[in-house]
Amino acid sequence: MPNKTFFWFFLPTGLAMILFIGLPIISTGIQSFYAQHDQVVKEVKKCDPFGCTVSIVVDNEETSKIREAKPLGKFNGFGTYTDRNHLAVDEIKKFWNETENFGAFVDQVTNLPFYKALIFTLTYCLFVTPNVLLLGFIIALSLNAVARKIRGPLIFGTILPMIVTPLVGSLVLFWMIDSQGIIGANIQNLMNDPYLSLKSSKTLTWITIIIYGIWHHSPFAFVVFYAALQTVPQEPIEAAIIDGASRFQRIKHIVLPHIYPVVTFVALISLMDNFRVFEPIIGFSAEGSAQSLSWLIYDNLVNEEVILFGSAAATSMMTIIGIAILLAPVLIRTWKEFKTAR
Amino acid sequence: MDYGLDTKSTRLKTFNTIFIITWLLIACFPFIWTFWGSFKVRADFFSRSDWWYAISAFNTLIETGGQFTTNAYTQAWTEGEFWKASKNTIIVTVFVVSISLFLGTLGAYALSRSTEKYAFWILMAALIFRAMPHITLVSGYLFPFFELQIWGILPTTIVVLVAINQPFTLWLLYSFFKTVPKELDESALIDGCSYFQAFRHIIMPVMWPGVITAGLFSLMLAYNDFTVTALLLNQENHTMVPKIQSYLGTNQHEGNLMWAVSAVVSATAPLFMLVMFFQRQVISGLTAGAVKG
Repeated sequence: MPNKTFFWFFLPTGLAMILFIGLPIISTGIQSFYAQHDQVVKEVKKCDPFGCTVSIVVDNEETSKIREAKPLGKFNGFGTYTDRNHLAVDEIKKFWNETENFGAFVDQVTNLPFYKALIFTLTYCLFVTPNVLLLGFIIALSLNAVARKIRGPLIFGTILPMIVTPLVGSLVLFWMIDSQGIIGANIQNLMNDPYLSLKSSKTLTWITIIIYGIWHHSPFAFVVFYAALQTVPQEPIEAAIIDGASRFQRIKHIVLPHIYPVVTFVALISLMDNFRVFEPIIGFSAEGSAQSLSWLIYDNLVNEEVILFGSAAATSMMTIIGIAILLAPVLIRTWKEFKTAR
Repeated sequence: MDYGLDTKSTRLKTFNTIFIITWLLIACFPFIWTFWGSFKVRADFFSRSDWWYAISAFNTLIETGGQFTTNAYTQAWTEGEFWKASKNTIIVTVFVVSISLFLGTLGAYALSRSTEKYAFWILMAALIFRAMPHITLVSGYLFPFFELQIWGILPTTIVVLVAINQPFTLWLLYSFFKTVPKELDESALIDGCSYFQAFRHIIMPVMWPGVITAGLFSLMLAYNDFTVTALLLNQENHTMVPKIQSYLGTNQHEGNLMWAVSAVVSATAPLFMLVMFFQRQVISGLTAGAVKG
């Protein structure tokens, strides 16, 4: 296709992507160097029969004037990145000097909002992604073994958790696990502990959200693996059966190598999706004990008094860097393949 | 793997059946339970004293005189203004799907027919864009949208959702267009068609399965979106999913939690029906990118 034709065909979608994905990333980058204005204060002298007092009050008029003149806020350089709510450079230095052993230092650092969120996000990715691959593969093998006639409805039932939006999916589970729901109430009875509830324990909350993640993402892995299983050639498997290979050996030496590229694809996609975990935290109302990077940004953007654009943008930029680190191996590999292909 | 040589022992078969039944229970029961509970009163579905009330409908009988009640639905749809939210969802979904498909088919066709290097780089860029968490993009939108005073209205959200959806649509349609043989449009070009005419009259008619799949995924994205709609729309224009969240937040009203339950059922039912109908396309879409590599 000639370049000119290509240009006109690609222009609308290219424009949409540049305007609403490319530019916002740049806009986020710029915003991250600005911080909201401080409130302008003025001294007010108040005199009454007992003498004069000077008090400091917020000058609302001046404040809104400055905000209007410079809506982006004041230039802050890397100030937002290094403040307590983000990388907390000063705090970490302080902890390093003050704490006696390494354990105490780690404890202190993981209590800082950004690191807390980072650790939850990584833990979530680390536990959900492999389990999704495993469970998806087992379901695919298992469904592949049942009679063809009843597979349709079974597949429909299997993919239900995936097609609902994460907020609805987590709400539906939350209403059951909650202390007044069917599962929560029964666990309370079983453990004989009327105060046992999701919100009471951080570990329990984390486990619940991770289980939710596996429940929500496994169907996707299942669908892809199931389709890949249909393309596994029959001859080598038959030969293996004649040679006396066990079922496990057949899967390990023939099926898995065949679908290996698909496994990396699913792993990549679910890693990308898990890294942005956010809606289940709202669905399970788990803000208290589990915060993710995306949730931090959301929290800044729905801030009631003044929207913390700068703070949200700085977290966003660091999230983007995190994504870039996750994607780097794949991109480097594709680039190498592309170079050798030329 | 159904073939004569592979004989399965009965033990394995039983084990397999038990596993599938367990998994299906885990996957489906939460939805069945919520559907069942949406016809009860709050004191039954969220029972402080005994969860069995949700089945025996103890309080529902006292409060309404029947085993089942549709109070939650009528209240959420009228008082809770869920009708407005669903109207907004329909508007957003229809526009997002049609615009996405229009832009996506044009772009993906060009990508699939180009032999230049930049086509590869564009696809890579689309992959990176696909990985961007939506909330980071939203944090980039909010400030400029406030300044331009286009925040809160439906058209802005539609355009944003279309753009966010483009990378995935491009990849999906690209892999479908690749399966259409090049000779088809080349012969049309030799006969004197322009590229656009070849695209319009020769390629599109054989592309319907791919277009339907891509349309379904755009639909699911627009219908299910929470991040963009919750932050870019004002209260008045909220779609279904942020509306459900707003029912959770306001706890003063006794009935509100049941509104959320009935709203969840109302929002999920059409989606399930759609997927039941188009199950084949959904699965072929999910695997299109993967299996062909």
